[in-house]
Amino acid sequence: MSHPTKASEFLQDAAKAKWHDETLWFVRDKRDNISKTIPEWEELRELASQIKDNVLANLETYLVEFEKNAKANNIHVHWAKNAEEHNQIVLGILQNHQCKAIVKSKSILTEECHLNPFLENNGIEVVDTDLGERIVQFLNQPPSHIVLPAIHLKKRDISELFHEKLQTEKGNEDPTYLTHAARIHLREKFLGAKVAITGVNFGVAETGEFVVCTNEGNADMGVHLADVHIACMGIEKIIPRRKDLGIFLRLLARSATGQPITNYNSHFRSPAPGKEIHIVLVDNGRTEQLGREKFKNSLKCIRCGACMNTCPIYRRSGGYSYGSVVPGPIGSILSPGLDVKKYSTLPFASTLCGSCTDVCPVKINIHEQLYEWRQEITKAQGTNTKSISMKIANGIFAVPFAYKITGAMMRGALKILPDSITYSGLNIWGKQRDLPETPKETFKDWYKKNRK
Amino acid sequence: MSSREHILAKIKAIPKEASPLPEIPSFESPLGHKAAFILSIQANKGEVITESELKDFIAINRFEKILNLTKGMESLSTQPLPSDAHELNELEVAIIQGQFGVAENGAIWLTDENMGLRVLPFITEHLVIVLNEKSLVSNMHEAYNKIGIQHSGFGLFIAGPSKTADIEQSLVIGAHGAKSLRVVLTNL
Repeated sequence: MSHPTKASEFLQDAAKAKWHDETLWFVRDKRDNISKTIPEWEELRELASQIKDNVLANLETYLVEFEKNAKANNIHVHWAKNAEEHNQIVLGILQNHQCKAIVKSKSILTEECHLNPFLENNGIEVVDTDLGERIVQFLNQPPSHIVLPAIHLKKRDISELFHEKLQTEKGNEDPTYLTHAARIHLREKFLGAKVAITGVNFGVAETGEFVVCTNEGNADMGVHLADVHIACMGIEKIIPRRKDLGIFLRLLARSATGQPITNYNSHFRSPAPGKEIHIVLVDNGRTEQLGREKFKNSLKCIRCGACMNTCPIYRRSGGYSYGSVVPGPIGSILSPGLDVKKYSTLPFASTLCGSCTDVCPVKINIHEQLYEWRQEITKAQGTNTKSISMKIANGIFAVPFAYKITGAMMRGALKILPDSITYSGLNIWGKQRDLPETPKETFKDWYKKNRK
Repeated sequence: MSSREHILAKIKAIPKEASPLPEIPSFESPLGHKAAFILSIQANKGEVITESELKDFIAINRFEKILNLTKGMESLSTQPLPSDAHELNELEVAIIQGQFGVAENGAIWLTDENMGLRVLPFITEHLVIVLNEKSLVSNMHEAYNKIGIQHSGFGLFIAGPSKTADIEQSLVIGAHGAKSLRVVLTNL
């Protein structure tokens, strides 16, 4: 289904859509305010961008270095070409440990690989432990935002859900009450899990360590109580040096939620005595994207979500309208790389205002890539409704006589044509837009009369 | 060909332009570290308290399950570190020593040797970190310079209590981990 179709579904609840828009703008505003307290903010963005450029230019070297150091630290390193192989590797580790129930903290990569349904089909209970992710998991929904997974829901929805799933009081919508109910529910899961899965924010080639950032502490509650920790990592998450973390940790939380740092920033270097750590390095389309000169920069993304919070389209259409694991502007340049046909409407879900590029902490030229994808998609698809009208317009503007005649015709026609024609399906610009009142005379005629 | 070889070969086959790795300046701030650190901890919903305020906090709440890993507050401890992390589930207060703090964001660096068991600062109901104010650094660049090549199996920057805003963006303290963070600044 196309982005416009799904966006109109989202917009049916006007009050909720307005709340969504304003709330994300508030997060964007917090990001602005905190970034202005750092005099070197723009320099940090430039450095982060340069470090990531260096990573993409030397990716195989850093991956090999990371693997060597991680292995020296007693970490098991696995490589997966695609989602299927990633899922098989994870399942294999679980089977080796006769594990039937796992806890999982936020990992967009495992969403991308559809790990949850795969494990569930193999008889394994998966519990997402990030509060927002647990909420959407209860609803059998994917996250609608990469940092704020349940931002499309209101507390009334969550209150009803928790009443059904966690037996909370009917009608109690107090966020503290609901969060503490989830705390008790998830504490039991943490204490019972033998294996915990996490994502990875940064993998450090120099040391073989990897860093996971959360505010809830759910990743750590899971892995430190379990015997086995499986960390799933896209190959682009590598950074060269430990000190590069100084740059990225200063940028990440400030860009994501407007806070100076996430409350927990865990550096995993080797397993605790008697325990195991596995890292699964996943390609799944990343090497293809690296080979696309115009789009490879999208791999610099550190998944802060700032481009979503600022995007006028995302804020007014919701994460689900994109139909992709990563929504919003960054999702609209990543997803066509995975399946250009399925995600063909996403690069058009933008005003090309460039706000995404302005807030991106690693300076990805998001809006330029959106434009580039449009060129690729239009070439591949041929004409569509909008381009037919554009072609007609092109012919009219090119010939002065045609322009003159058409102008007079339109001024007459707009007055007498019924709305059913002016706002027909062929004119997609007619949706939620009113035509201007037509002037009685042309500028040319007015000029002749008044400037003799 | 293994998946490893396959992925590495694919990356290698892509023509790439050289792109230098930049050096990182220190960006040191001339401001006083202590005042900035206290403000940062408060903004993260933690508190900075004195040793006597810590004793009051424990007495008023009548906490009985207290685990101390610092030198100097042994008298507050009511239980030793267990061998199994799961036994910490009922723990009310953990008191641990921080290595250093970061003024710009309130982050405190801990490693395995400070935590005893890695889950300790997360699973405890209330967390207390004792920190020497002379250890404070300006920002994260200075922090990683200070960490240098230090080798620990697990390192943690902790900046506040467990928190979430996943329900309508309303901030709630105490999601899964510690419901409070208190920092005792010492000057030794």
